[in-house]
Formats: sequence, structure tokens, C-alpha cells
Amino acid sequence: MTDTKDTSAQPPAWQAILRGLGPRGLLPKIGAPLLALAISLLITMGLLRLTGADPISAIQGMIDYGTTENSIVDILNRATRYYLSAVAVAIGFRMGLLNIGVDGQYRLAAMLAAALGGAVVLPAPFGQMLVIVAAMLVGGLWAAIAGILKVTRGVSEVLSTIMLNAIATGLIAYLLNDQRLAEERPGSNNVATAAIPESGRVGPLNGFLSSLGIDLPGQVYGLLPVAIVVGVVFWVVINHTRFGFDLRISGLSPSAAQASGVSAKRMVVVTMIASGAVAGLIGMPELLGASYEYSLNFPAGLGFTGITVALLGRNHPLGIAFAALLFAFLDQTSDVLQEVDVPKEIVGVMQGIVVLTVVIVYELVRRWEIRSQQRAVASELATGHDLAKEGTS
Amino acid sequence: MPDEAPAVRLSGITKRFPGVVANRDINLTIERGEVHALCGENGAGKSTLMKILYGMQQPDEGSIEIDGAAVSLRSPADAIGLGIGMVHQHFKLADNLTVLENVILGAEPRRRGRIDFAAARARIAEMSARYGLHVEPDALVETLGVGERQRVEILKVLFRGARVLILDEPTAVLVPQEVDELFGNLRELRAEGLTVLFISHKLDEVLSVADAISVIRRGTTVATCLDPAEVTSRRLAELMVGSELPTPELRESTVTDEVQLEIEKLTVLTPSGRPVVEDVSLRIHRGEIVGLAGVEGNGQSELIETVMGLVSADAGFVRFGGEDITDWTTRRRREAGIAYIPEDRHRHGLVLEGSLWENRMLGHQTERPNVRGPWVDKRGAKRDTTRIVQEYDVRTPGIDVPASALSGGNQQKLIVGREMSGEPKLLIAAHPTRGIDVGAQAAIWEYLRQARAAGLAVLLISADLEELIGMSDTLHVILRGRLVAEVDPARVTPEELGSAMTGATEDTA
Repeated sequence: MTDTKDTSAQPPAWQAILRGLGPRGLLPKIGAPLLALAISLLITMGLLRLTGADPISAIQGMIDYGTTENSIVDILNRATRYYLSAVAVAIGFRMGLLNIGVDGQYRLAAMLAAALGGAVVLPAPFGQMLVIVAAMLVGGLWAAIAGILKVTRGVSEVLSTIMLNAIATGLIAYLLNDQRLAEERPGSNNVATAAIPESGRVGPLNGFLSSLGIDLPGQVYGLLPVAIVVGVVFWVVINHTRFGFDLRISGLSPSAAQASGVSAKRMVVVTMIASGAVAGLIGMPELLGASYEYSLNFPAGLGFTGITVALLGRNHPLGIAFAALLFAFLDQTSDVLQEVDVPKEIVGVMQGIVVLTVVIVYELVRRWEIRSQQRAVASELATGHDLAKEGTS
Repeated sequence: MPDEAPAVRLSGITKRFPGVVANRDINLTIERGEVHALCGENGAGKSTLMKILYGMQQPDEGSIEIDGAAVSLRSPADAIGLGIGMVHQHFKLADNLTVLENVILGAEPRRRGRIDFAAARARIAEMSARYGLHVEPDALVETLGVGERQRVEILKVLFRGARVLILDEPTAVLVPQEVDELFGNLRELRAEGLTVLFISHKLDEVLSVADAISVIRRGTTVATCLDPAEVTSRRLAELMVGSELPTPELRESTVTDEVQLEIEKLTVLTPSGRPVVEDVSLRIHRGEIVGLAGVEGNGQSELIETVMGLVSADAGFVRFGGEDITDWTTRRRREAGIAYIPEDRHRHGLVLEGSLWENRMLGHQTERPNVRGPWVDKRGAKRDTTRIVQEYDVRTPGIDVPASALSGGNQQKLIVGREMSGEPKLLIAAHPTRGIDVGAQAAIWEYLRQARAAGLAVLLISADLEELIGMSDTLHVILRGRLVAEVDPARVTPEELGSAMTGATEDTA
């Protein structure tokens, strides 16, 4: 027998999943992800076994390689991009808006900001700030199109953002041309925007880290702290501000939010803009800290990874951080698998398994918790623990 | 007919939901070929019982027998297989399909892998003729009126071979002539040997159409198989309400001559341009409770949603304390002192996943003690939630539990407590006591009386006519979006009010 009718006023499972609803109590909150990871580890090991590899040594190899200093730097850099992307997605998810267009938003933002940064020379830190603000503006405005279409024409944001991704791709291809915003790189068939001058770049974080006693090779993104700041701001806004409250209740119950005085239309547009503005930041660590230009080689597809990472991280700033690190670790160590004759693509399967297990375990734990809470309330009332009476006695 | 097994027999049915018992030890026998009426107040447990019989929910205890054989219904498909069909109160038809397509949808007769429209058409024509259900098979459903749509629903159920028809409040959406037609159809169905289970709380209808009447109150059957020839509507009302119920009543008048809310020539149109609220003018003074009586779906929801700013007015004005608020946002209206107890507490009143203190903030998230500037003041909100829980007797072990863990009555008390906070000037109360237990009902009436004495203006909407009559200083009747009569609550009886609501009598004032 199912209990679905009893909880008919609850959001359906898929919505609960997308909005990152999960258990509320401390124990299930910690227990659920651990359980999910243990289960997905078991499945993964079974999978490795099936492909003919020794699972223990394969995973051992991944861990060994993943903890080398070079790998740690790469993992941190990848995780920074994943993190920003997932937060951008999560902002929408928290109010039930599925911003599938993060990908187009960050690429267009990075491209236009790179062109601006290459054209304008300003003393530090104004050059950097100009590029970052421009990227946030472009991302926000591009996302706003989907929000405005939704509130004025009733177009589903899923459809419009997917289409805006395609339009962004076309627009970038048009603008990234030596007739327009880009120049050809001699000796290759790459085209790129003009390089951002020295004064407009952000140096690596290694110097700061070594002053803390952590010496790492290579270049850790100088803008890694931006991701942390974004995470903290996201957490504070969601949990401690009126705007965050409006956003959360709009996600949990749009009808109740509207009756409470939240303007649904305004929330949709504002949330899309916020989501797009954070999406604009995704390309910044790479642009200002490593490539200094937007070229055909600029990392693509981060917006889609962000959706998975946000799902895995349950739309929670801390959860997303762990999820981003895990995904970055898996991506980084996929090469090792080839040494034990496992195709590296198996990592994609592993990532899928992790997300599915987490989503399923969380939903099950959440339902179990709702039922047990209802029982607990009934039994506590039956035994006379009643707040209403305590105050009057 | 002792040799014949009853069409349906329910014995000892009990169904519990967290915090409430929806059905308790229900015993009901429905003979074959009768129109059996099941009456009870809103929230008495009629719908739950019907959902159990239709396989949408499973009972925790008790047994169901169909034609003498014990069955277990796990889904509506099981019920349909056993010849039980349900006509829902809210039609489930595809507007852009024809009558024929709607009827066969999901049960298409096939011939060589293709839908056999000819056979379907023949069967529908045959059924229409036999049961007197006249519909044009090729008409688009969107062009049909409400009464015709209901006939399509009935045909749909018959097409699937139903021998027992459950009709859930079938008259709630019909105008009187359509009700007469429906009753004619029901008599024909009965003549053809079908069994009809008719759910209603309208006593005159029940008495006119039923062969046997059962009454359900607070989740249990209090009378079964009454003979309509031997029972009066007064006796039925007593059975439905129960003598131990507190009576809603107002004491001395507290009405002042200060107008708090003035609605003037308000018109609201549907997206297709049909008026749902038409030319409504209404005044509510401070210290006055104005009741609005009407059959569900006659514009009262749209009217209150317009006052709350959830629906925009197409013509006319809403003035609040002398100020024109017609174009104000919902938030601005709430901040100005309009409180709102919504019709549907799960959809509009609460965020079920949210904790009690988060729900206390709902609708008041720009006001102290919930916020300070742009920041949420958790401590203030929690402290005030504890106050509401204690003053309004919300039964909960704490304020961090989610609202979904509370029983319906306690959820409602939390909403009432929240809306009474912050000294509102006007309260829009839609079905404030719907579906809650007797104790909570009496308590909510008492809060309304106190607030009224303190100068609160109240617009009250309720399907419970006793409540409307007892709690209103002024009582208007709304029919098809218009205010058609003003009646004196001190003199009108529920029966008179009921017929005014259906437009059966021209003048009751």
C-alpha cells in the first residue's frame, strides 16, 4: 500500500528532488549522504568488476593519483568552476525554476567580458572588476530573457533556456570572428578575443597558500575565493533574508507564496537574473586566471555539469561544495582507469550512479522522515507533551 | 429482496490519516437498483469513504463486499473491473476532444488493431437512448454546458460497464433546471437496474431523489437506510450536525458606521471574457461580519481573491478605509491590515514542508516580529509562534515540526492565530471551520466574535449555512457572480437560504 494519497498536498517526488528537499533532522541529514555514497561505491565496484578490472586496485589507483599535488591543484580548479555553475543552477531550483540555460549564459558572458577586458586597459583592480561585473550583467540579462518570456508569455523556462543556449552558441560563433570581436592566432586555426593585459589579470593563489604553509605546484585559480564568497552569500540570502524566505516558499508552494503577498512574476524574473549573474561568474577564474582570452578552447558544457552537481549537492551550499569536489576528483582521475584497462568513460557512469543513488536515498529518507514525524507528533500529543498546554499551566 | 445480495456492503470501515480519523467503523448497505443518498457535512468523511469504495484509498480496517463477494480494491481500475464507476464533482474531460472520443478514451473498442469508432458510436447511441442521456456524440466537449458535460461523465462511466455509479456532489455545479434533468436521468438509470450512490449535503435534493438515505457524521454512520418518506429534512439536519455541536451565534451588535471595506460595481472576467463576478457592490463596517452565501463556484472565490489582490478587477473599485486599493499588490494590502484565511489551507494557507514558525511568517514576512529590515528575525518569529500556539491552542509538541505533521484543525488554528496577529482591520475568512473538529470550530467562532467586538470587519464565506446565518450581521446571497439578495440572518432558515442560493425563489428578503 502506498501512502501517496495521504501526502497529496506534498509536492510530487520529482519536484521535491529538483528543489533539493531532504530530511530536516541532523542525523538523517548526515546519514543520508553517507548511506548514498556507500551504496554508490558498492555499485561502482560491481561495475568495475563487470568490466574485468580489480575494483579495489582501480579505486586505490584513482585515490593515489587524485591525491598527488598536481592533481589536487587541478581538482580545486575544476571544482571551482563546477561549484559556481551548480550554485547558479541551485538558485533557480530553490524556487522551482529550472534554469537549463546556465551553459549559454556563462559562455556568452565570458566571451563578451573577455572582449571587453581585452579592449579596455584599466589599472588593477578596476580592470578585473569591470570584466567580472560585465560578465555578471551579461549572464543576468541573458537569463532575464527567459524569465520575462515566462511571466509575460507563459513560456516554460526549460524550453526558452534550452533555445537560448542554442542562440548563445550561434551568437558566439558569429562574434568570435576576426572581422568582429576576435583575432586569429597565428600558427593555429584557433580564434580568440584579444588577450587581457597583465594589469587586468588575477594571479594564482599559490603565493597566499604557501604563506599558510601549503605549497602546491602549478596555478590555483586566484578567483577560487570568489566561489567561497558566492556560497556564503547564497547561504545567508536563502536562510536569513526576506528575499530568501520569499524565494524558498515560492519553491515549496507557489500558490501559498502568492497568497502571502509574494509577486510570483517579480520573483521569477529576479531569480532568473540572480541565477544568470552567478552563471556569468563561472568562466571568470579561467578567463582572468589562466587563459586571459575567450577562444574556441574555452571550457564548454559546465552549465550541464552544474545541473548534476546541484542535484547531487541537494542545492545546499555546503552539499554542492562536496559534490563539486567529488565530480572534479572523478574527472581528474579518470585517466588512471585506462592503466588498468578500464575505459575512462566509465567515470561518466560512476557520476550518474552517484547522482541517482543520492537522489533516491534522499527522497526515501525524506518520506520516511515525514511519516515518522507525523507519528511522533501524534504520539507526543497522546502522552501529554503539548506546547499549547505548557504555557498556560 | 432477501434472496438477492446487496450491490455494495461496507462493514466496519476505518481509515486513519496522521492526526485524524477520517472514517470510523462505517457500516453501509446499498441494495441493487436503488438511488442511495449519503449525506453529511463538509469534512464528515463522505469523500474519504467514496475514495475507499472507488479504490483510490485503502481502508485500515473493515471489509467491502460487492454483490455478496468480499473484494479488495487496490486501485480505481479494480473498482471499474467490478462495475463501480465514479462521476467526480470536478469533471475530468478533455475539452478539445469530442464527446465520443472522451467517452471511449482509455477503453477504446478495437478492431484489427484500430479504434472501432463505428462500434463505439453505436454503443453510445444505444446507451443514450436507453438511459435518456441525450448528448451529441460529435460535439466538442468545450462547446457543451455543465449539465451536458456531466451526462458525458455518466456515459463514460456506463461505457466501462459500471453497474454502481458514485456521484460526488453532482449538483454542486448545476443550476436548478439542470438538477431536475439530472434527477430524471438518475431515475432512468434506476429503472434499468443500476445502483446509484448519491453524495450530497443538500437535504431537499436528497429527499426528492433518494430511495434510501444514510447519514455520516464525524467519520461514522449515524443513521443508515432511512426511508425518505418517513424522515423530514429537519431530522436529517439534526443527524448531520449532531445535537452536541456548539451553535454559531452573535450576541449584541458591534457594527459601527465606519466603512472599512467598500466594493463598488466590481466585475471580474474569466480569460475567455465571461463574467465570474458581475457588478458586485458591498460594504463592510468596522465591527461587522458580512456573510456571503452561495453554491460553490458562483464567484465567491474570485470575489475574495480580488479583494486580496490575487485576481485583478476588470471593472469597479475596491476601497479600504476610504483608500482606493484596486491596483494594490497583495503584499501592500496585507501590510495595510487585510488578513486572509484562505479557502484551501494546503494550497494557499500553508507551506506544508515548512516549520510552524516559517508558516507563522507567511503573509507577514515584511512585518515585525518576523523580520528586521531585510533580515529574517528567527528569534522573534519563533517567540511569536509559541505565543500563537499557546493562545490558540494549537496541539503540537514544538514549533520546529513541519506544518504537514499537524492535524487539519490544528493547522487551521495556526492560520487563524497568524491572521489575527498584527491587529488586522479586515479579515477575509473563507470556510474558516471547514473540515475541523467541533472543539476547534467553537474556538474559531469565539476568536471571530472577540475580534469583531474589537472593531474588526469580516467578510465570511462558508458552505456551512448554520455558520453563515449564526455568525453574520449582514448576509448576502451570491448567484452566478451577482449579489442577488440580502437576507436577514436573524430570521432566515437554512432551507430558505439554500433555495435563495440556487435561485429557486425570487425573493426571500
